Amino acid sequence: MIFSANQRVAESLAGLGRFTLLAKEAAVSLFTLKVAWRDLLYQLFFVGVKSQTVVLITGAFTGMVLGAQTYFQFHKVKMDTATLAVVGVSMSSELGPVLTALMVAGRVGAAIAAELGTMRVTEQIDALRTLATHPVDYLVVPRVLAGLIALPLLTVESISIGIAAGYLAGVVLLGIDPTYSWLHMLKYTGDTDVAIGLIKAFTYGGILTLVGCYKGMTCGLGAEGVGKATTEAVVTASIAILITNFFLTLSLERLFNSL
Amino acid sequence: MIEVRHLKKGFDEQSVLNDISFRIENSESVAIIGRSGCGKSVLLKHLIGLLKPDSGEVLIDGENIVPMNERQLLRVRRKFGMVFQSSALFDSMTVAENVAFGLRRHEQLTEAEIAWRVASALEVVDLPGTENKNPAELSGGMRKRVGLARAIIYEPQIVLYDEPTTGLDPIVSDSIDKLMMHVRDNLKVTTVVVTHDMRTARRVGNRVLMMHDRRIYASGAPDEFFASRDPVVRQFVDGVADAKN
Repeated sequence: MIFSANQRVAESLAGLGRFTLLAKEAAVSLFTLKVAWRDLLYQLFFVGVKSQTVVLITGAFTGMVLGAQTYFQFHKVKMDTATLAVVGVSMSSELGPVLTALMVAGRVGAAIAAELGTMRVTEQIDALRTLATHPVDYLVVPRVLAGLIALPLLTVESISIGIAAGYLAGVVLLGIDPTYSWLHMLKYTGDTDVAIGLIKAFTYGGILTLVGCYKGMTCGLGAEGVGKATTEAVVTASIAILITNFFLTLSLERLFNSL
Repeated sequence: MIEVRHLKKGFDEQSVLNDISFRIENSESVAIIGRSGCGKSVLLKHLIGLLKPDSGEVLIDGENIVPMNERQLLRVRRKFGMVFQSSALFDSMTVAENVAFGLRRHEQLTEAEIAWRVASALEVVDLPGTENKNPAELSGGMRKRVGLARAIIYEPQIVLYDEPTTGLDPIVSDSIDKLMMHVRDNLKVTTVVVTHDMRTARRVGNRVLMMHDRRIYASGAPDEFFASRDPVVRQFVDGVADAKN
């Protein structure tokens, strides 16, 4: 039993080491190689454009439920017009980037792991290597770059629609005063909140695409291996995003407050 | 020139290759035969650096590729073309995109030049006009031919074939054999073919290496090899199962 536990720890550490090496190789490639624009554009379309529906729906309903729930609590202490301020800050620095990243991890992270996993088990990645092409240059870099660019843009959409939906829920459905709500939101939601949200989104874009690529490129053999890699990509990316979020919140708040 | 020196490889403590040494001269054609699971494909993958040995050396034109990292190996791999058992065509690309892949990555050519080179390569493998098909629309034999076109389009010095006729009917196998001989004779490439198919080994190889018990058991010119009276060679060549089987 102790042997089994030791083995698991050793395997986890080895996996972390392989992931770090992949990240290092991708970073080196990102800064030294010429970007294949055609591949990058295709990945931007897949990661960014195709994720919009799910991100907009998530953002809108999160904004509405946040607005409604905040109103129900604030109404008890006659702070109705502070509702939109809470929605603005929460959507900008926390819920917008985190929920966008989790939804994109489910859609894109899984798809990347499945695609690269299938390429691995059908020897397509080996074929790339025999054609003198580094798999990280050709497969990983365009996907990670697309994640780094698309996630902040998707997050901006999510934040915007979340606040708009929160406004609609509060003002139209629950009857909060529109002018004071809007003024309070502008007063309490600062540039810092949006900047924190965008830095987080950029980080999560890198995490979820890298995890998807890593799980796909190291997946086990056969259909079972691809299925397992796909599940692990979503679970690992989601957990990594949530843990990273805590540390980013602490460090970025301190950093921006000290400026 | 390919030279393998004292190559050893194992997976999970199970030894697959044990002290393998041989040399293949430029423009030579070698068939590597042996029973399923004897390590033929593992050996082939070592020649192009897809696998790293536990010990030993693989020299390509005198350069040991074993200590090289993936990025250093890219330069050496430009000398190679490889045809996979499963064809390993990129299923998100058309036939033309598959065949043109190496050209687009490594050569500065216009679209017209690429289209002409692709059409010529497809003509060589007897698949003219299939540029816009998807790999999923092709039969097993056609996929192998496209894999061959992709491997030879940038005129490599060495072509590796991993079980090129496995799973194909005898007529298609014959056509693949003839293609391999055509490439061998007309492009003057060094050829290494891993196969179970005795007819392929006899026709394509100028020399036959037989693997048995994790090492090179026998080698020789095809006529000499297939006339061997060695019981292990005879059993494999004649396709006779062990008594216990």
